[in-house]
Amino acid sequence: MSQSNPNKDKEVLVRVTNLKKHFPIRRGVFRKQVGAVQAVDGISFDIYKGETLGLVGESGCGKSTAGRTILQLLPPTDGKVYFGQKELTDLNRGDLRRQRRHMQMIFQDPYASLNPRMQVGSIVGEPLQIHGIGNAASRKERVQELLSVVGLNPYFVKRYPHEFSGGQRQRIGIARALATNPSFIVADEPISALDVSIQAQVVNLLDDLKSELGLTYLFIAHDLSMVRYISDRVAVMYLGRIVEMGERDEVYDHPLHPYTQALLSAIPIPDPDKEATRKRIILEGDVPSPANPPAGCRFNPRCSYATDICRQEDPEFRNLGTDTHSHMVACHHADKFL
Amino acid sequence: MSADAASSPVHLEDEYLDEQSRLEKLLGPEWARLLKGIVTNPLSVAGLIILSCFVLVALFAPILAPPINANWNTTLIPRDGFIAQPKPPGTPWERNKPETIPFWYGITGHDDWVHLFGTTSGQYDIFYGVVWGTRTALFVGSLVVTSSAIIGILIGATAGFYGGWVDEALMRLVEIFIAFPFLVAALILASILVPIFGRSIWPASIALIAFGWTGYARLLRGDILSTKERDYVQAAQASGARDIHLITRHILPNAIYPTLVVLSLDMGAIVLSFAALSFLGIGVQEGYADWGQIVSFARSWILTLDQNWYIIVFPGLALLLYGMGWNLVGDALRDILDPKMRGR
Repeated sequence: MSQSNPNKDKEVLVRVTNLKKHFPIRRGVFRKQVGAVQAVDGISFDIYKGETLGLVGESGCGKSTAGRTILQLLPPTDGKVYFGQKELTDLNRGDLRRQRRHMQMIFQDPYASLNPRMQVGSIVGEPLQIHGIGNAASRKERVQELLSVVGLNPYFVKRYPHEFSGGQRQRIGIARALATNPSFIVADEPISALDVSIQAQVVNLLDDLKSELGLTYLFIAHDLSMVRYISDRVAVMYLGRIVEMGERDEVYDHPLHPYTQALLSAIPIPDPDKEATRKRIILEGDVPSPANPPAGCRFNPRCSYATDICRQEDPEFRNLGTDTHSHMVACHHADKFL
Repeated sequence: MSADAASSPVHLEDEYLDEQSRLEKLLGPEWARLLKGIVTNPLSVAGLIILSCFVLVALFAPILAPPINANWNTTLIPRDGFIAQPKPPGTPWERNKPETIPFWYGITGHDDWVHLFGTTSGQYDIFYGVVWGTRTALFVGSLVVTSSAIIGILIGATAGFYGGWVDEALMRLVEIFIAFPFLVAALILASILVPIFGRSIWPASIALIAFGWTGYARLLRGDILSTKERDYVQAAQASGARDIHLITRHILPNAIYPTLVVLSLDMGAIVLSFAALSFLGIGVQEGYADWGQIVSFARSWILTLDQNWYIIVFPGLALLLYGMGWNLVGDALRDILDPKMRGR
């Protein structure tokens, strides 16, 4: 975002620069490193205060790893994450721990993210207890308040997670994430494990909470319609890189990257007549292994527009937007889709 | 905004609690299930009954087999003379008999002290040895299992949680210990320790602890490796929890159950190993009230066991029942904790 930055008047809450997360592959008796899975390989973006940034991509593209690395749940291989004025990768353990009350996470699987041996009250109140916020009585009050905020009966505090449905459990997970009044929440596919009928409820809850509490979300998902519904801006990930990022409607209505175009063409249209004429772009082949990504543009083996330059040169992540909105894309041929 | 919350009926906190969920509120779902399973499974009930009998015998040892006088060191078996030839059950007690006759003695059909279970060579009273040996068994079993479990849990938890070179170093250490056959290693260490501690329960106990913790460490490490990747651990970490909080609140409570099963089985097995060391003459001094010790008195009479059967039958039976009791409970625990058996 060097040349014109239409978002410069907005306050940046989270700035990610060139973030990398490589998982070493070790072999043999001496556990020698023979390679690395480049799960996240140099992503950069800003998240502005009060917005929802949707991060989409297919399974295994590194979007969950990106979310966890931003929160420093996984130590990054390289790159920096600024949260407000603080640089998270430079903080020592104690400072990072204290910083965590301002940034929380909502997990994908509501059956795995709640400790089965803890009562709901302890689960939701745990972040308060960890950060020494309030006393036992005020914490109990806060937990009951949180439960009603997420639409659960406050009297559920003494129940165990197994007594709840998936949707209710996800609400408990949301209540826990809200406990310390964080400003930033990474929602890691918060609805993909839920029944379709419950998904809308949870997404609406997240949306309501955002406006009521002034939250900022990084919303990770693979459900494109859901991301369009909740996000202000959207970033599309492919094989550890961000290939396109911009205002929601801009990306959805005028996708500039062939991968985004293919993804969006897969969304069914809830109108039989239009659906019948919908043109789908079928991608050939599989996602290459992130341990051995292709040279040049990472999408080139599956791209119908690929030319020699795509196989040799890594495309720059550049802004093709206007003064009023930015639209970043990493494609040599993006200009012809304008 | 919330259909699934609104559709569930609103009740006050206590209204919906029946008996079982009261237990659950108190102990948590897993402990409640465990407790419920243990008292409903017939095999574990049998095991619990056997074990409570042993506990009762240990508790009431001074009434069942009174020491010969108030100043008597109760861990020593009183001897009726020094003759080598063992005496069969029912032989009248001549020398060194207890001063008092307990109220229950009438049911044996004798007015004065007899050797109810006979005597060993050297005239040690077997009945006294079996009764007071229960205390030794319970004490040594708990001591050895608790100590080795604490060491094993500390080392296993550290290795599993921190991983990397800490894990490598600790697990190689464990492998060094495992490389020696358990009983042989314990035997050698115990015999080294005898000159240091003197003949008492300590050399054998310390040797059993020194080589007994490795099993717990390995087992727990594996379970912690899988538990620490769970989302709720990550969630607590994302909330800013310290390592010790993660381990004690989230990881151990969910990873400890397989270790508990082994622990309960070992309560019986350790006493057998201790008896084996005692039988081999490593450990307690001669005349100490210990089942293995009494059995060892039968060694010189092995060819005439058809006449001297009582030397091995009574302490052997005690060992058998004790081991069986813990095995029944341990097996039941394993069944209850087996995920495949859940919900039955």
